[in-house]
Parts: sequence; C-alpha cells; structure tokens
Amino acid sequence: MWKRMIGGDFSRPVQRMPGPKEIRRQIAFESDLDATFGERIARKAYGEKLFSCIQCGTCSGTCPVSHYMDYTPRKIIAMVREGFREEVLHCVTIWLCASCYACTVDCPREIKITDVMYALKQEAMAQGVYPRRFAIPVLAREFFRGVERNGRSNELPLMLRFFLKTNPLQMLRNAPVAWRLWRTGRLSLRQERTRHRSSVRALLRAAKAAEEEGAS
Amino acid sequence: MSYWYYPGCSLKSNGKPYEESLLAVFRELDTPIWELDDWNCCGATSYMSVDETQAFSLAARNLALAERAARQAPEKGPPRLLAPCSACFLVLTKTQRYVAQHGDLARRVHAGLQAIDLEYQGVVQVRHPLDVFVNDMGLRRIAKAVKRRLNGLKVACYYGCQVVRPFATFDSAHDPTTMDRLVEVLGAKPVRWPLKTRCCGGALTGTIPDVGLRLSEILLRDAAQRGAEMIITVCPLCQFNLECYQQKIGRAFRDSTPLPVLYLTQLMGKAFGISDADLGIRRLFVSPEPAFARHEGGQPAHA
Repeated sequence: MWKRMIGGDFSRPVQRMPGPKEIRRQIAFESDLDATFGERIARKAYGEKLFSCIQCGTCSGTCPVSHYMDYTPRKIIAMVREGFREEVLHCVTIWLCASCYACTVDCPREIKITDVMYALKQEAMAQGVYPRRFAIPVLAREFFRGVERNGRSNELPLMLRFFLKTNPLQMLRNAPVAWRLWRTGRLSLRQERTRHRSSVRALLRAAKAAEEEGAS
Repeated sequence: MSYWYYPGCSLKSNGKPYEESLLAVFRELDTPIWELDDWNCCGATSYMSVDETQAFSLAARNLALAERAARQAPEKGPPRLLAPCSACFLVLTKTQRYVAQHGDLARRVHAGLQAIDLEYQGVVQVRHPLDVFVNDMGLRRIAKAVKRRLNGLKVACYYGCQVVRPFATFDSAHDPTTMDRLVEVLGAKPVRWPLKTRCCGGALTGTIPDVGLRLSEILLRDAAQRGAEMIITVCPLCQFNLECYQQKIGRAFRDSTPLPVLYLTQLMGKAFGISDADLGIRRLFVSPEPAFARHEGGQPAHA
C-alpha cells in the first residue's frame, strides 16, 4: 500500500470505473500511524538525533545493499520518524542490513543508523512479524539459543539447526564447503563451551530482570 | 608488553588458522599472550538483533573477566585484551563506549554482573592485533623479525567493516593504512584498493546467498583486476566468505580464477620464516604456494 503511495503511476487516469469495494483512499491518515513509534525507536537505539535527519540520502548512497532493499535507509528513517510502524516492521530492509556501519560513520547528523536497524529488528522479533522460515531472523534466534545453552557459539550445530528450520535443501548445496572445512580441520564436532555456563545464564537472567525493573 | 587473549568462537573453529598463526607470530616477537579463562561469546551481530541488554551483558562479562584476571596476576601488567576477530573487537569496544555513555544501560549491565560476582570498572583496554603490531611493537621491530622478504608479492589488504568502523580507534574509518604499512615492511607490495573497507556480505552469504555472494564477488574480482596475487584479511568471517565460497561464487558469477585469502598473521609468519604447519597454511582451501613461489629467491632482510 505504501508502495502505491510513493511510487504510484501518475501517468494516466484509470480506464475502468472501479467497483464500490475498490474505492480506497490512497494516503495514510495520521490516525493510521503510531505517533510514539519514532520516539520509542530513537530511545532504544540511543538515537535522539534521529529527529534531526535532513534526508540527504548519504546513508542510502553508502549502503552496500540498498539496491536490494524495499525501502532505502533514508526512507526508513523518515518512516520511523513519522510512525509508519507496520510498514517498517514488515519490510525486508531491516533484515538486509549486515551491520557494516558505513552509514553510521558517514551520516552528517551523526545518527546511529545501524543501531536504529538493530532496534527495529528487536522490535520485529519481539512481535514475531517476519515471514516464517525467513532465514535471517531464524539464524539470529538459533544463534541466541546456542549461546544461552553453551556460552559460546558452535558453527556445526548452528548451521544444522538453521538449515533444518529454513530450507533443508540448502544444506545439500553447502555440503561441499562443509566437507572441505571438515577435511582441513576447520569444522569441529567437539562443542566449545564456557566452563561456568550457569554463570552465563544467571548473568542473562539478572540483566533482563534489571531491564524489566527499569521499564515498570 | 603482554596481553590477555580473547579468541572468540570463530578462532576456535573455521578461524583456526588465524589463531594458530597469531600465536606463532606473537611467540616469534617474544610477546606473551594468555587466553582469558572461562570466556564466553561476545554477543556478535546476531545476538544484538534479538536482545540488546543481554548482548551487551555477554560482552561485559568478558571485559570483567579480563579485569579480574589482571587483578589476580598483577605481575602480568594492566588488563589489555587482545581481540583478533573483527566482530568481537567491535562488540567489546562498543560495549565499553555505550556503558560509559548511557546510564540506564550501565545499570542493567552492572546488575547482571553483580549477580555472578563480577565487576566491570572500565579499566580494561580492548586492542586489535593491527593496533598492537603498529603502535605497541612498532614497524621497526616487525622489520627486524623478517627473515624472508616477500619480494614484491602483490597483496590486497582487506580491512572489512568492523575493525575501523564505527569507532576508528587506531586507524582511519575511510582509508585505513595500518595493514598496508605492515605488509610493506614484510617486503610485499600492497595494491591501491578503494574497496578495502567495503562489506564482504557478512552473514548474508549464508542467509540470502544471492545478495551475500554478490558482495564477496565484487571484492574478489576487483582485487584480481588490480593485480593482487592474494587478499590479506584480519576477520574470520571475511576470510571464510572470500575463500570458502570462492567456488560457489565462481559458479554463480562465471568468474573462477582462484585467489588465495590469507590472514595477515599467516603472511607475517611466512616472512618470519615460521613453518607452514605452525601457521595453518594447509588449512586453506586455495593454496598460496604458487604465489609465494613466484617470489622465491628473496634475500634475507639483513644479510
């Protein structure tokens, strides 16, 4: 819907008279938006400066993956600020960000755009609004669980779980690489673990409790 | 000087050649490093997408462990934590900055650490090997350790994203030069390479291969076009993407000249005359031997 609003075809009027159910308004009203979304994300992302964005587009220009995104980073900032919560949380842009920090370094207004993307990912994860089997959040979630269990990340079980939960066929396609890693001793069956795993878990619990305490 | 060593998960698995060569090079340079006991995952990029408080707390535990280790063994000097993996280096540095700047985050992190009887005071210094080689040891000392000059071997120095961005603590964020200066001292010739800090694709090579592999391919092709005989890197994920996916990239994008991708420490070790076995050279997918052989017959540095 947002796409139609910004990239719509303005060249010709419609040929056919629309049926009564096809008549819809073409712009968003303020009441459709989430007025506090921008502030929430700004606070989460240490980004008070989010609101001083001048829409120069340096972030989109410097981003190595912007040409694959549905909304460029510049648009994301504008949409977050105006409260387009649903559009932003459902877009693919936030997941394509590979955290290379190029935009953060170059932003003339010193907006921490990478942190904004993290805040949006966290929000989308918390609300579960990404497509099922979509690879990137699945990897993040599985990584999280592995570290919670062992204190360290282990590539082999991580990759197995990841492929099972996304696309098991990909496992076959990656088998040659895995085989060579195995042959060169770069893939280990031995699980790396932190000695005091219970201390890692206690730490994560206590930090989370302190967060909830602060929020209430 | 001496350092506490934080390997991170990658250097224990696919980044093993990085760990092996790093330890060998530090041994050769008579600089003791001790692996931090009981370390845990730094939190990395993935964890940050799920839970921020927990991601920062994980990193802070390592910082607190390093400070405690230094308190318990004062003879080993002040806490300097060597983080060779780019992602670990970034996350640890970022945690230090953000905990110092943001009161509420600090409160959460300290509460977590307190629950496991640890304390983070903020005195530990997080250091990257590039920084240590150039600023602590100095190029002159590195030059003295060279036994076999690399005789004009052309290399593309690849810094990747997260070593110099976003904080640029020891080198420029836009045009870093520490690695270029280091390889020059070894006798190699760094090619001019504007893409030296462009993203390799990171985890996207696994999650969305069409996007991730393309990013890696851009780097490989450009390095080859500039006449580089190998790419040198300091990040286990960059090394993995650029080397291990090379066949796949070749197939996907019809460009299949194999280009060796070595860790900086492997190249240093070669110039120091350390054996291939100690440098993990045999663990590489693309052999660097033909490239080294082209430049054989080098005179010892100070004969």
